[in-house]
Amino acid sequence: MNILVCIKQVPGTNKVEVDPVTGVLKRNGVESKMNPYDLYAIETALRIRDQRGGTVSVITMGPGQASSVIREAFAMGVDNGALISDRKFGGADVLATSYTIAQGIKKIGNFDLILCGKQTTDGDTAQVGPEVAEWLDIPSMSNVSKIVEVLDEAVVVEMDMSHDIEIAKVQFPCLLAVEKDIFMPRLPSYTKKQATKDREITVITFDDLDDKNEKHYGLNGSPTQVQRIFPPSVNAHREMWKGTGEELTVKLLNKIKELKFA
Amino acid sequence: MAKLVVNQNKVVSINDLIKICPFGALEESEGKLQINAACKMCKLCVKKGPKGAIEYVEDEDQVEIDKSKWNGIAVYVDHIDGVIHPVTYELIGKAKELAAKINHPVYAVMMGENISAQSREILHYGVDKVFVYDDEKLSRFKIEPYTAVFEDFVNNIKPASILVGATPVGRQLAPRFAARVRTGLTADCTILEMNENTDLVQIRPAFGGNIMAQILCPNNRPQMATVRYKVMDAPKRNANESGEVINCSLASELLDCNVEVLDIIPKAKEQFIEASDVLVVAGRGVKKQEDLALLQELADLLGGQLACTRPLYENGWIEAKRQVGLSGRTVRPKLIITCGVSGSIQFVAGMNNAEQIIAINKDENATIFKTAHYGIVGDLYDIIPNLIEQIKDSKEAI
Ligand SMILES: Cc1cc2nc3c(=O)[nH]c(=O)nc-3n(C[C@H](O)[C@H](O)[C@H](O)COP(=O)(O)OP(=O)(O)OC[C@H]3O[C@@H](n4cnc5c(N)ncnc54)[C@H](O)[C@@H]3O)c2cc1C
Ligand SMILES: Nc1ncnc2c1ncn2[C@@H]1O[C@H](COP(=O)(O)O)[C@@H](O)[C@H]1O
Repeated sequence: MNILVCIKQVPGTNKVEVDPVTGVLKRNGVESKMNPYDLYAIETALRIRDQRGGTVSVITMGPGQASSVIREAFAMGVDNGALISDRKFGGADVLATSYTIAQGIKKIGNFDLILCGKQTTDGDTAQVGPEVAEWLDIPSMSNVSKIVEVLDEAVVVEMDMSHDIEIAKVQFPCLLAVEKDIFMPRLPSYTKKQATKDREITVITFDDLDDKNEKHYGLNGSPTQVQRIFPPSVNAHREMWKGTGEELTVKLLNKIKELKFA
Repeated sequence: MAKLVVNQNKVVSINDLIKICPFGALEESEGKLQINAACKMCKLCVKKGPKGAIEYVEDEDQVEIDKSKWNGIAVYVDHIDGVIHPVTYELIGKAKELAAKINHPVYAVMMGENISAQSREILHYGVDKVFVYDDEKLSRFKIEPYTAVFEDFVNNIKPASILVGATPVGRQLAPRFAARVRTGLTADCTILEMNENTDLVQIRPAFGGNIMAQILCPNNRPQMATVRYKVMDAPKRNANESGEVINCSLASELLDCNVEVLDIIPKAKEQFIEASDVLVVAGRGVKKQEDLALLQELADLLGGQLACTRPLYENGWIEAKRQVGLSGRTVRPKLIITCGVSGSIQFVAGMNNAEQIIAINKDENATIFKTAHYGIVGDLYDIIPNLIEQIKDSKEAI
């Protein structure tokens, strides 16, 4: 069975702010890491492989340095890795990102099961997975909280719909976006890291893709455009209270009583 | 093709330009400034860099779409087994407001099995038309047939904008459909406005940071946005029906799918923080897990519930369902008291519609004070235990 996991490199911190004077985005520290939600998807893939046999591959779209998350995946036990990277892919929104990833997936092989994380910590849309599935024309399910059974032709999963749990059987090939906590992700192993340090990573650029219409990628392939960015608004009606702990407690108590909550 | 072009001769200092880019997409290579694949096309380098150093060159041969062919604002009726999710009414309220600006009709689209009574309920909220697809193959949400129905609706009706609730169904259905018709979709919008040219202005926290982004979908229709529950205001239910129900259908073979729902297990009825009038929120200012008992006690005394910020959930101190914010729950209580919460944009996006916001933070520069109605600059440990005692005393006095 061939399993593919979509992973993304995200900023290590979320300390991005707008400089109030210049309006410029400030990002402190440029270190990055694997999107934490994708670790659960990798763990799920490894467990299914270890039970059923086959391979686990990962794919990521991003700048050259994003290959470090592929190395991390290798150290967890993943077999193959591919990086989709080209300046032409810059400025991609969800539609263009998912399209490019789907094109990349078609280049590297046929997969029975594609796994995604619940969402990324930078894009935070949870939309890339379902859109990739649409481009590949395969069924998809999000909010997958449990793998009940892996059969030859299908997988039985639990989907968390917040008020109830649906148990569904999905035919292969399919795409699942898994919840955090589906399995506890294993730590990368030093031995595996050493053993895989020379393993080749497939790099896919624009020229490698079947669809060579530049209008489908990057900014041009993106229907949505960021028009402006701005700091969040400030509540105009506000009071600030300072004083000793006791004074503040009394004021707070009076306010809570005034609002009739106590 | 629209792109950024570097005019090397106008670059004064490569390093200064590199620093402008928050995404690390500018780099030096062979003494020249280069743009790499990390570029998000935010165009900050164009605006903030030396004039002409980086230029944004528009696509010459872009075909403009005819926006007048797309008319109406449609709302997806989110329901499970006919129980309509209240986010639907909130979105209808917003759609009416947006539609009034451009003189468009408001539509609702509902798909399911045996839903004719439920679809009439929508007519109490002031929509012009409700399009109903009633079929046994639509009995439960399944991605393939639901997407097919959505496609049929949009091909026939051509609405300019579509609003979908960011529920477990909406969050998978909307992107699937957006990719099918190759259009844009903005997730979890917190503000929606309408331009005169029918462009939907979509605003949400973005780039994983403390900033808001205003997003347009200027040359594609339909334009799509998801919105979370409790972000918009629901209109009042009218006593009388207005508008009409239009029954639609789709060839049965288009509703076939590769997913089979085997069973549905209702979850134990749990207390959702969304339903509570009062919330006491624990932030990272709470030093130890044991101290949560203090805030829980305050919440109990006020007839409310305990909630938290993301780091507390990540620490494993509290369950996910108590997390407030962009990646947690959106809440709209009558009173919210935040304790040791800094007020990051992702947190605030989940609670800034609360009626009364009281924030306790010992740092007077904490951003939460920009959102709070009453900002208390102090140590939560100096305030909460006393407050609990005093509330108890005053209750006993009665
Ligand atoms: C894409 C994305 C989505 C996110 N989604 C969410 C989300 O849904 N919900 C969420 O909460 N976060 C979310 N975050 C994380 C968010 O950016 C912040 O990191 C988080 O909200 C900070 O939590 P905090 O305020 O509890 O902690 P901190 O930022 O560490 O703030 C603690 C505050 O407590 C104060 N304090 C310390 N001791 C005391 C004391 N004794 N008395 C009074 N005050 C004290 C400090 O002055 C400080 O202001 C998200 C981040 C990203 C990138
Ligand atoms: N650039 C990317 N490369 C590979 N996979 C991605 C990328 N962006 C998103 N994904 C996948 O899609 C999921 C949802 O991402 P998002 O829609 O950004 O919240 C992630 O958890 C990944 O599995």
